[in-house]
Amino acid sequence: MQTIPIALNPTAVPVTVDADKCIAHKGCTVCVDVCPLDVLAIDLSKGTAYMKFDECWYCMPCEKDCPTGAVHVEIPYLLR
Amino acid sequence: MNTIEHEVDVLVIGGGTAGPMAAVKAKQANPALRVLLLEKANVKRSGAISMGMDGLNNAVIPGHATPEQYVREITIANDGIVNQKTVMAYARNSFAMIEELDRWGVKFEKDETGDYAVKKVHHMGSYVLPMPEGHDIKKVLYRQLKRTRVEITNRLVATRLLTGDDGRIAGAMAFDCRTADFHLIRAKSVVLACGAAGRLGLPASGYLFGTYENPTNAGDGYSMAYHAGAELSGIECFQINPLIKDYNGPACAYVTGPFGGHTTNAEGQRFIECDYWSGQMMWEFYQELQSGRGPVFLKLDHLAEETIQSIETILHTNERPSRGRFHAGRGTDYRERMVEMHISEIGLCSGHSASGVWVDEHARTTVPGLHSAGDMACVPHNYMLGAFVYGRLAGESSAEYCQAHDFAPVDAGQVEAERRRVWAPLLREQGLPPNQVEYKLRRMVNDHLQPPKVTRKMEIGLERFDGIRDDLEQLKARDPHELMRALEVHAIRDCAEMAARASLFRTESRWGLYHARVDYPERNDAEWLCHAQLKKDEQGRMASFKRAIEPYIVPIDERERHAYRQLRVALPAELALA
Repeated sequence: MQTIPIALNPTAVPVTVDADKCIAHKGCTVCVDVCPLDVLAIDLSKGTAYMKFDECWYCMPCEKDCPTGAVHVEIPYLLR
Repeated sequence: MNTIEHEVDVLVIGGGTAGPMAAVKAKQANPALRVLLLEKANVKRSGAISMGMDGLNNAVIPGHATPEQYVREITIANDGIVNQKTVMAYARNSFAMIEELDRWGVKFEKDETGDYAVKKVHHMGSYVLPMPEGHDIKKVLYRQLKRTRVEITNRLVATRLLTGDDGRIAGAMAFDCRTADFHLIRAKSVVLACGAAGRLGLPASGYLFGTYENPTNAGDGYSMAYHAGAELSGIECFQINPLIKDYNGPACAYVTGPFGGHTTNAEGQRFIECDYWSGQMMWEFYQELQSGRGPVFLKLDHLAEETIQSIETILHTNERPSRGRFHAGRGTDYRERMVEMHISEIGLCSGHSASGVWVDEHARTTVPGLHSAGDMACVPHNYMLGAFVYGRLAGESSAEYCQAHDFAPVDAGQVEAERRRVWAPLLREQGLPPNQVEYKLRRMVNDHLQPPKVTRKMEIGLERFDGIRDDLEQLKARDPHELMRALEVHAIRDCAEMAARASLFRTESRWGLYHARVDYPERNDAEWLCHAQLKKDEQGRMASFKRAIEPYIVPIDERERHAYRQLRVALPAELALA
């Protein structure tokens, strides 16, 4: 098989996390745990959660279940 | 990457709606059983009701409806193609399930006397029970899982079932979408409750995850059942829903209807008598969209302020709460503007239409020891309450099966072949990105399978799906998460092929838009008043065949038979003629 060249496309993601409120550095993983699509992750260097994969169903468990109100879900740009 | 082995009595695959109920009921039937609930996401927030549900669409409550009335309504709504025994098993257990859920803490709307506040949305009878505070339903289920001590694994993605050499179920195989570890689970009986094939067509937005169904429900269950040799039914009876355009979530005429909301055309006129989702309703909806009177809207702007506030509270806190945010972004206020609607891409879902794995009235599939429930099991128009009832039946049947059967021997060849298939995209040095293959596959589904269906287009579609089968051998996953997407593409491709073959097999039109064939425009009861089945034959080919409809246990009156065909509101001129 020939080499398949891969390009990287930038994508605006709908889930944002307020770094001041996020308590991932204290061990919290609630938003990561509840996401049906498993698109959130913890950035270990910053100690906060972030949206890692552009596969959001804008369903909102991450926002509703976050104990500190740090997570905000927007409608994905393509649907807005 | 390790291989981990488990041994349980009952394995339930899918922790959404039917699955947790099945696990709890198997455990209640026999607390000594080891029951494992396997979920690809997290049972706390997985499946179609991740954010709760705003109502029961098919409650059969004494004083409001009888099981016989319900069976009659669904038989007519589904154009006669039902195994009435399965619908009756649902209807007879419907009320007991509502009472049990009520005891567990699910909140249903009641009137001032404490009676369930049933509403009329269907064409004939009254079956809708609102749940304005239905957002906690997953929490209620989770509490029951803990109470009955069901074992739970999250983030394990089941990919294939294991069968013994006698054809009966032996367990399942799965992988961890965080570590890529391969899991082999031996079980005496299995319940498949993996939801709809909701990631089949591509939404008009082009966004892969902008689907009506929870996109985790990618058709994994349909694919697993098929490869295990189970019979599937009514795949050609697609799911197509009337939805909020672009948002692709429900506009919820079921919620708004009892408050006075309804669908209209651009002129603000009603064009359908009844907003209950049926193939014929979708046909009229499609005709209106295509006409000069389109598009179609949900009309609420004529309602009183307090009524609109009640609707907002329900719709913006349940099922798909982000729709409030969507409307705000577009400046749509229910008080002033009608909500623009559109029809969805296609999917497979017996919860809404009729396509699924063939089950009997005990939730048993045609594979011994394999049971199925919820959106993926063929009990037409079963919705959430049907998932709970069939979850219960599947749990009880699987517990019973364990009493009489020991483990089926595991075929090492099956395990090795599957481990190779599962790990291949990770081990491959380079290849095609799963999201790109998925995009192309689902665009082809739209181009070739979206009704009205055209024979030659579907045949070409089959060639394209064959081509994509070759692309599957080139999928490259960079991590375990992407591996999950890669294997979902396998399942979506299986569903696409099933959808095409089942649609080609039934050479007539039925269920309004769901199976409108341009080159066979008429309904042909003489040849096609039967189930169209599909299964993997001895040679590994996808084979279609007919299955006769069991004699009706609830007879259908000749005058009622066509009730669902007359959904279009008659024009004044037609009324004058009538």
